[in-house]
Amino acid sequence: MGQMRQMNRPILIEIENIAKDYMMGEQIVHALRGVSLQIRSNEYIAIMGPSGSGKSTLMNMLGCLDTPTSGRYEFNGRDVSAMNDDELAAIRNREIGFVFQTFNLLPRADSLRNVELPLVYAGIDPETRRERAARVLQDVGLGDRLHHKPNELSGGQRQRVAIARALVNDPSIILADEPTGNLDSKTGEEIMALFESLYRRGHTIILVTHEADIARHARRTVHLRDGLIESDDGFSGIGILPMGDRLEADPATRQ
Amino acid sequence: MKRFAYELSESWKIAAAQMRSNKTRSTLTALGVIIAIVAVTLMGTAIAGIQVGFDKSMAIFGDDVLYVSQWPWKPVDDWWNYRDRKKIKTEYAEPINRIISATPNSNLVVAVPTSSLLRSVKYADSEVSNVLIRGTVSDYIITSTFDFQEGRFFNELESRAGANVCVIGYDVADALFPSESPIDKSVLINGQPFKVIGVISRQGTFLGLFSLDSIVVMPLLAFQKYFSAKSDSDILVKVKDKTRLAEARDELTGIMRRVRGLAPEKKGDFSINEQQALKSTLDPIKNSIEIAGLFVTGLSLFVGAIGIMNITFVSVKERTREIGTRKALGARRRTILLQFLIESTALCLLGGFIGLTFAYAMCAGLGKAFPSFPIHFSVTLVIVSMTVSILTGLFSGFAPAWTASRLDPVAALRYE
Repeated sequence: MGQMRQMNRPILIEIENIAKDYMMGEQIVHALRGVSLQIRSNEYIAIMGPSGSGKSTLMNMLGCLDTPTSGRYEFNGRDVSAMNDDELAAIRNREIGFVFQTFNLLPRADSLRNVELPLVYAGIDPETRRERAARVLQDVGLGDRLHHKPNELSGGQRQRVAIARALVNDPSIILADEPTGNLDSKTGEEIMALFESLYRRGHTIILVTHEADIARHARRTVHLRDGLIESDDGFSGIGILPMGDRLEADPATRQ
Repeated sequence: MKRFAYELSESWKIAAAQMRSNKTRSTLTALGVIIAIVAVTLMGTAIAGIQVGFDKSMAIFGDDVLYVSQWPWKPVDDWWNYRDRKKIKTEYAEPINRIISATPNSNLVVAVPTSSLLRSVKYADSEVSNVLIRGTVSDYIITSTFDFQEGRFFNELESRAGANVCVIGYDVADALFPSESPIDKSVLINGQPFKVIGVISRQGTFLGLFSLDSIVVMPLLAFQKYFSAKSDSDILVKVKDKTRLAEARDELTGIMRRVRGLAPEKKGDFSINEQQALKSTLDPIKNSIEIAGLFVTGLSLFVGAIGIMNITFVSVKERTREIGTRKALGARRRTILLQFLIESTALCLLGGFIGLTFAYAMCAGLGKAFPSFPIHFSVTLVIVSMTVSILTGLFSGFAPAWTASRLDPVAALRYE
């Protein structure tokens, strides 16, 4: 059906017909009702949708924080849907860099220690940890804030620390959940500029948001509604802006 | 392995930061453990003290002395079988000694007769009542463990002559001669004057029940001259090699049967006692006191542990989002489990350390204030209470840490 472009990049994430049900008291909530999606390396994709659309659930699936009730999820060729907690933890540690709306920094640790944390869980020795954390902080423009604690930093700086933390283990994807939601619009733009430069440097970025202004930065936009993909404007490569030749939400026929 | 070490050091850092940022709460929680460790440590020192006092009391009897008596040193159910036994007579000592010296390679050294009863002792206007008056021979000093504060024991000459001399215990000397030396003074016992030739240094009490210093020792012949009335007699027999006590015992049994003229088929009508037998009678009593004490203090430790458990649960609850974040960043279940276990253990260790310091100070203070009070603070006790602290931490931290490690990362991240 739809035309796909830029097929030369390897497929990073492949989900096929995944569903997720929750028990809310007595009632079963179908948060996802069969979603299929392919994400290739160095894509910049925004997942949009109103609250209740299932975008948070999809984000949790993509982030390996949760496993689907049914369907298949392959990450880098590995079947995630069958993994246990510790294997998922290892995937999250090495492959996924999380950026949260509320930053989620450890309040009593300075920037350096916050950024080091994923490396601790990866079993990297203290010296390398320090060195890499300092370098990444430098990259996000916080070279002079290494020993500041979160409460000594502005919101934008905190989010930069969080982004540095997401980057430090050199993950395959960066998963940002409403990264500008707690920031004023000017600071938000700065953060989005940072994502843009990361994308240009070759990172794969998945942005979950309900703000069209923010989603506009992405090269591809997936709209969710009622647990299904409503629209997906397909893959677009570097420098190619979204063209608007959207694919209809028909997961079964997309490969 | 390396990764585990990094996680471990990370957990210690978090625990330290956690305690620093929640000072009041940590202190209050640790207080439970502090009190428990103080209680356990003090009980430990008291028990060690009891043990030391017990051993000291037992040492009075000498571990190389056998006692020939009418009654055994243990509770008997068939007391009527013992009541009608012939009394042990002091005269037995002489034939026993004769047989000992006639036996080549005998395991026994010497037999010493003793006879005792309670009387008052007077000097000038002072009087001490219920003093143990003991008549014996000069060889008694061989079987005994005491030292002299002043003077000497009576010699063989005085012993054979039944001279009116005596050796008095510390309490008697203290009561009758508070400000002068008792040596060469005459005390009155049953109206008879006895010249004091020695003062036994302080022996303390027997199991804290009665004083071993309220005693007067005199030559047996003098004793028999003035106190012919009902007195209990024993024969003390010194053993050459205390590692061969059983053989010595058998030998002495044989000798006593000969002295008593018992036919081979007849049962013995005397008891041969030793320190060890008394110990094995008293040990269970001592042990049950110790167990009861430890149980009661163990309860306080349990209460302390519940306090720690409670605060760790609170800590897990408060930091649910942090746990979610850590999990998102790749912390495994084990990592989270370890983190909270270390937090509770660190709290317990802190409490244990402070408690131990308090207990040490209290022991030192008590030891100064009551020198007679048996207190024994040992390195073992330090190791034990630190181990107990760690175990308490692990025990009380386990349930909350387990809960934390099982948290669903999605739910934890969303937790408000």
